[in-house]
Amino acid sequence: MSSVAQKRGFGATLWDWLTTVDHKKIGILYLLGGGFFFIVGGIEAMIIRLQLLTPNNDLVSAGIFNQIITMHGTTMIFLAAMPILIGFMNAIMPLQIGARDVAFPFLNSLGFWMFFFGGVFLNISWFFGQVPDAGWTSYASLAMASEGHGVDFYAIGLQIAGGGTLLGGINFLVTIINMRAPGMTYMRMPLFTWTTFVASAMILFAFPPLTVGLFLLTFERMFGANFFDPTMGGNTIIWEHIFWIFGHPEVYILILPAFGIFSEIFTIFSRKRLFGYSAMVFATVLIGFLGFMVWAHHMFTVGLGPTANAIFSVATMAIAIPTGVKIFNWLLTIWGGSIKVTTPMLWALAFIPTFVMGGVTGVMLGTAPLDYQLHDTYFVVAHFHYVIVGGTVFGILAGTHLYWPKMFGTMLNETLGKVTFWFFFFGFHLTFLIQHWLGFWGMPRRVFTYMDGQGWNSANVISSVGALLMAIGITVMVYNIIVTSIKNVRVANDPWGDGRTLEWAIESPPLFYNFAQTPLVRGLDTVYIEKMEGNLSGITPAEPVQDIHMPNGSFIPFMLSLGLFIAGFGAMFRTEEPWGMAVLVIGLVWTFAAMAMRSLKDDLGYYVKKEDILKDMKRKGGQK
Amino acid sequence: MMKGLKKWRLFSLLAALTVFLAGCGQEGLSTLLPAGQVGKDQFKLLMLSSGIMLLVILVVVIIYVVAIVRFRRSKLGEDFVPEEVEGSHTLELVWTVIPVLLVLLLAVPTVYYTYKLSDVSAMNEVNEDGESENLVVDVTAKLYWWEFEYPTLGIVTAQELVVPTGEKVYFNLLAADVKHSFWIPAVGGKLDTNVENVNKFYLTFDKASKDLKDGVFYGKCAELCGPSHALMDFKVKSLPRAEFNKWVTAMQATGEEATDVAAAGQGEELFQQSCIACHATSAVGEGGAIGPNLASFGDRNRVAGFMDHTQEKLVEWISDTQKQKPGNLMPSFGEQLSDEEINSIAEYLMGLSVEK
Repeated sequence: MSSVAQKRGFGATLWDWLTTVDHKKIGILYLLGGGFFFIVGGIEAMIIRLQLLTPNNDLVSAGIFNQIITMHGTTMIFLAAMPILIGFMNAIMPLQIGARDVAFPFLNSLGFWMFFFGGVFLNISWFFGQVPDAGWTSYASLAMASEGHGVDFYAIGLQIAGGGTLLGGINFLVTIINMRAPGMTYMRMPLFTWTTFVASAMILFAFPPLTVGLFLLTFERMFGANFFDPTMGGNTIIWEHIFWIFGHPEVYILILPAFGIFSEIFTIFSRKRLFGYSAMVFATVLIGFLGFMVWAHHMFTVGLGPTANAIFSVATMAIAIPTGVKIFNWLLTIWGGSIKVTTPMLWALAFIPTFVMGGVTGVMLGTAPLDYQLHDTYFVVAHFHYVIVGGTVFGILAGTHLYWPKMFGTMLNETLGKVTFWFFFFGFHLTFLIQHWLGFWGMPRRVFTYMDGQGWNSANVISSVGALLMAIGITVMVYNIIVTSIKNVRVANDPWGDGRTLEWAIESPPLFYNFAQTPLVRGLDTVYIEKMEGNLSGITPAEPVQDIHMPNGSFIPFMLSLGLFIAGFGAMFRTEEPWGMAVLVIGLVWTFAAMAMRSLKDDLGYYVKKEDILKDMKRKGGQK
Repeated sequence: MMKGLKKWRLFSLLAALTVFLAGCGQEGLSTLLPAGQVGKDQFKLLMLSSGIMLLVILVVVIIYVVAIVRFRRSKLGEDFVPEEVEGSHTLELVWTVIPVLLVLLLAVPTVYYTYKLSDVSAMNEVNEDGESENLVVDVTAKLYWWEFEYPTLGIVTAQELVVPTGEKVYFNLLAADVKHSFWIPAVGGKLDTNVENVNKFYLTFDKASKDLKDGVFYGKCAELCGPSHALMDFKVKSLPRAEFNKWVTAMQATGEEATDVAAAGQGEELFQQSCIACHATSAVGEGGAIGPNLASFGDRNRVAGFMDHTQEKLVEWISDTQKQKPGNLMPSFGEQLSDEEINSIAEYLMGLSVEK
């Protein structure tokens, strides 16, 4: 592997991407994979809104509608929002802490390929015509009753993808604990790194319950177990608990990294350090902790009794407090700053009122007796879209514009970015604000149609029109990406001009070893400190130029994930097709063979020679 | 183009106006027009929490707008260097303590109402004669219909719940196949019908339903339960106690054998041959039937819970149930019976009434 860009054939390029263990490339892969599924989930959303445009509509049938809502939710959460966020974590976090890669580059690659094959597995269900249709929550009684292999695709696909996420989480934790540059104490870490850290810790504790739940579901459906069947001594409520013990932390896993991105944006485009840094860190950790204490607020109507409901009500309301602390600290960050409204800043500014609206409806839903009315209505749909779109998706779109030059070396067009923003922002509020009232007016969620004469017609029309505007916004963004990629105007280290953290002091995109010399960190916003003191490079090196140890690429992660993918089909068709059992065995043997190869083959990596690094530094002319 | 634009404007204006006028939704369906103590308690919480939350939004928006207006770089100039502020302990304390107080303000009534609404201790109380003091209804949710059994009165009905006004009605909730959720939006919040355990709660109906637009309260299934989840509606008729007693007596009378067999029409005969295995026409007995009890079918508000209550629609329903309500368990009879036969069954069913 050489740092000098060479013209390579398509095959060699493809091989490079299939075997890469470079965190920046894996970040891009996550972004591409997640972006693809985001479009798929978006198309599903448009079909939902088209179907609900008029009462008694028969654009799609009842059964297919349930498949679409299930896949929309599952795709957006597991295959779009999370992977894209993990992509940013991959691409940016190691740069922010002054590391050359993540702690386990091989695992990183494995994590991506497991997500990828899991996502493909899930979506291949469309081609079989047997699609998950029990909702993204897949409540047990309905999941057991669901005919065909739909829910099997859900259970196995998510198991594979979820395994990838768990690997990613562990990897980031170890990276942040062990690979911070000299001087990068915990309380000097940029907020995006902090939120990555807390979100990774949450992944570590939240995904094993999902794994267990999916195993139970897999065995229930495919191997004749009776964990959930009440006639055989099982219990369906167990699934609800397991799912939400995972599911609630999951929403904080989705929102915290977005909080991190916004924190970076507010500081950069206000030219001001984050107000109340330590309070922000404390609030993040507290949210991460409380996120595990409130799962039963999804189950207020299950009949857990008043004591459980009261406790979980109050615990849920408590989360509003650290979240409020964060909101006010952001407000005070821009207060007294010098606000420049770029595209990322637009998203960040739009996030505050939008997320506050989603947050307060969350507290309303946390009020158990009121939740009896609002649960499973369009009010809930409005609430979680306000927090997940208004928080996570706004964060993702902000991050895409902010970090695009760092990841690809070229800027997205600002004008088109703003066009995207206004379409999406207005479309979003048009779609979801009215849905609060649809909930009040008695419209349950997850309905494939509704009768005329219930007073819901015009509100649904408004909602669907809004969805169209959002789709236009995203289309403009895709156009923006294509056009700017073709023009490919290269940018310098810090294209925004006010970068305060380490990633803005190195090339865009960074060289494959990131830092020629590991930087010395002298405080929070270290690059800003250096620049204020006249060091225009923004970095004080902590070591002389020396050989750098780098990991080799590997094809094993791809093969290992492929093995699990194959085994999934075998498990599903084991009893009904003669080849089922054989495929299951082949897939598992394949997987274990890949594992064995990884264990038995010593791969000590390689060294980038000092002379090459010096040559790079000379060529770039910067970075002493 | 311009004309289209004008039309569009007019349309959006009208749409906005409609939404504004309909702000409270439809009586008998909307949670914003509660017609019972439970719904009213929940509405109080809605108002309280909305009030607190609007206050929070207001404070945030004021700070936010002032900040954006005052501190724009275009106004301050490129050279303006903001002061690096680390933070403020006083401010952190302020925006921690005030939200804590607001949360407490909401938490206390929340806990109070959580216990109040789950109080079913009076459910099994009996008077000196051993008769139960309160009306109890056993609700069984099935794919995709509702069975209502009145165990103390010895009657069963389906799809249309009939209750007395002005007293607590207690419910035992259970699902027979997959999980559903029992919800009468205008009367009170929902409670799930689980497959493995009975959930209990109560509702009160303050208002006789006959003054409502459709003469009934709307009931909904609120938990995704399969393809026809959206069509799993039911209706609720609330009657003053005296009328309710009359209804009960009439229902109990449907159990008496029809003496005049010869007088039975073709519809009834066909019903006895084709439908009786699943559907009872006597309201006397216990729940657990395969299909909805049809004793009071002629009095109902909808066919199959969601279609207009006309003979025409009933014929459509019997002929092709799977088209109307995908995934439901009733076979379509369009091929087994002639149109005429179905028509006569429909006519017979429309005549089954205890109220006329």
